[in-house]
Amino acid sequence: MKFILRRLAFYAVAAWAALTLNFFIPRAVPGNAVESIMAKFPTLQPSAYRALEAMLGVGHPGSLWHQYWAYLNDVFHLNFGTDLIEYPAQVSTLLAQTIPWTLTLVGTATVIAFFLGTGLGIVAGWRHGGWLDRGLPALMFLQAMPYFFLALILIELLAIRAHLFPIATGYAGGLVPGWHWAFIGSAIYHALLPALTIVITSVAGWMLQMRNVMITTIGEDYVVAAQAKGLPNRRVVFTYAARNALLPQLQGFGLALGFVVSGALVMEIVFSYPGIGLLLLSAVTSNDYPLMQAIFLVITFAVLLANLIVDLLLVAFDPRVRARETG
Amino acid sequence: MTAAPPIIAEPPAALPAPGVRAQRLGQWRRLPLKAKSGVILLGFFVLAAIIGPEVAPYDPGYQNPAPSLVMHPPDAAHLLGTTQTGQDVLSQLLTGIRLTLELALIVGVVATALAVIVGVSSAYLGGVWDEVLSLVTNVFLVIPSLPLLILLLGYQPSRGQEATILVLSALGWPWGARVIRAQTLAIRGRDFVAAARETGESTWRILAIEIIPNEVSLIAANFVNTVLYAIGASVALAFIGLADLSSWSLGTMLYWAQSQQALQLGAWWWFVPPGLAVALMGTALVLLNTGIDELGNPRLRDASRAARIGGRRQWPADPTPVLHALPPPRGKLADFVHSFSRSSLLDGGSGARSPLERRGGKT
Repeated sequence: MKFILRRLAFYAVAAWAALTLNFFIPRAVPGNAVESIMAKFPTLQPSAYRALEAMLGVGHPGSLWHQYWAYLNDVFHLNFGTDLIEYPAQVSTLLAQTIPWTLTLVGTATVIAFFLGTGLGIVAGWRHGGWLDRGLPALMFLQAMPYFFLALILIELLAIRAHLFPIATGYAGGLVPGWHWAFIGSAIYHALLPALTIVITSVAGWMLQMRNVMITTIGEDYVVAAQAKGLPNRRVVFTYAARNALLPQLQGFGLALGFVVSGALVMEIVFSYPGIGLLLLSAVTSNDYPLMQAIFLVITFAVLLANLIVDLLLVAFDPRVRARETG
Repeated sequence: MTAAPPIIAEPPAALPAPGVRAQRLGQWRRLPLKAKSGVILLGFFVLAAIIGPEVAPYDPGYQNPAPSLVMHPPDAAHLLGTTQTGQDVLSQLLTGIRLTLELALIVGVVATALAVIVGVSSAYLGGVWDEVLSLVTNVFLVIPSLPLLILLLGYQPSRGQEATILVLSALGWPWGARVIRAQTLAIRGRDFVAAARETGESTWRILAIEIIPNEVSLIAANFVNTVLYAIGASVALAFIGLADLSSWSLGTMLYWAQSQQALQLGAWWWFVPPGLAVALMGTALVLLNTGIDELGNPRLRDASRAARIGGRRQWPADPTPVLHALPPPRGKLADFVHSFSRSSLLDGGSGARSPLERRGGKT
């Protein structure tokens, strides 16, 4: 329990840091959102300045301390303010529309990539120097490729040339989103190519790490002892070597997640996938600051939550962590 | 670092001239293959970055008004074709490689310096300093960087090269700081550091002379990683439009290709070269890093060559082979023929595999 509590405290600090950064960045940089909007629309009268300030909530009423508490209160109630571009819409409504898309796509694809990469890494590490292991440089090439570039290539080859997949968007036009099979089937069909992109680019990273840890683990005495006892290979690989090699891999998963999510966001833009990434692009291109801030918070909190889950898994997998807790 | 040299089969032919040059050549030859190919590939891009803009055939921004040059596929005059507005893709590429590599290298230097400062002082000072610095490092590690980068850069009044370098460096250090802190903690307890402290050397001197030189390989690996991160992040940021869009970097090239529908119009020559350049640069850096890893940890090296014992492939992970238990490397017919020979007496049976081997080595 102690370990989990410590981790919970850490994530609380991280969440607080993200919230505070989010609060201070707009106030620390020269210029502000209102000025940038005024510059963007020269037709606006100077008198619109106050109105814009009030709309954005950047008029800074009260002391900084007071503002900070009001801000925390707003975030706690999921009130991220009013969107600038689709004006009367609430930012939280926009987020609620896009989050399920991203969560399903990126979540599923990342989990698939993790298991596939770890499995391949086990084989490559065990058969060190085998064909899979020697194929690694090719996989590194895929890993070094930006997500969105691979997305461009896949669209060109598989969607435009071969007509195997739809080019863009999350579901076929004319369908009404809802829980019926026509829509779900179409959504899955449209998600295949984006998911493939995530899997292809991120699988090499998991694989490389697992392979390296695996090779080091195989040299450990307890693995040699297991082999000397004459245990079948399968048991040595999975119960002795891979199980222990998995722990650094799991720890790495939490940290690499932010990377994967970042890449996937940019990739969504290429596919015009109706997720957070596309929303982020429209926020960036139109200087939609409330939306940008809210997206930053949502993504950060999602990654923190995923990290917490990974920590719980670590406790389940690693007897040493459990032992430390009771002792 | 005492990287065990691989067994060199060839005779030391370079002996007659045991000069520095020959020695260097020997060191180069001993590098893992991955590191070598990484260095060569990276060298190619560095060369392109240095001489590229000078040998570029056209001005990258020049919009050729000739209607025949709108999205023209590659030909002799424009080796990589032209864009929607008649700009030469090759010239843009050559200029873009310089800008992107320049940015990435600066970010690499600044962020690595930050990582060393934070990591070393955190581990060496210990106590409250360590707690605070580690906490900050871990918090920044766990917060996803791209959304934060977008937020920081989105609020900048100018989104040019300097702003990007600043923001990327500010967020690029935590990973390195964590690794360097761990290494410093390990070195700190060694005898030679204790000896230096006993002789009354100042903290600064111990850090600069005793500790940091022992972390050079780690710092180098971290630098390579940071450059990799900077290339990826800067290209991604430019791709979504957070860059100086009037300059030519690999990211802005991809931005224009995407926003002007290069994909839908089938102009592959427009977006493939910059993307491929990014991917190849990244591959070079990953290869280099893997090579550095293998240099430090010989166990990771490719072991496919020295692995044939008794005619059977032996994997490094396999237990030491007992020759007697190995199956004879022959087919059924050859086995039958062999059983007539005198040496078959040594096999302890008529060529039959030992029961130990057949059951997967279970006792």
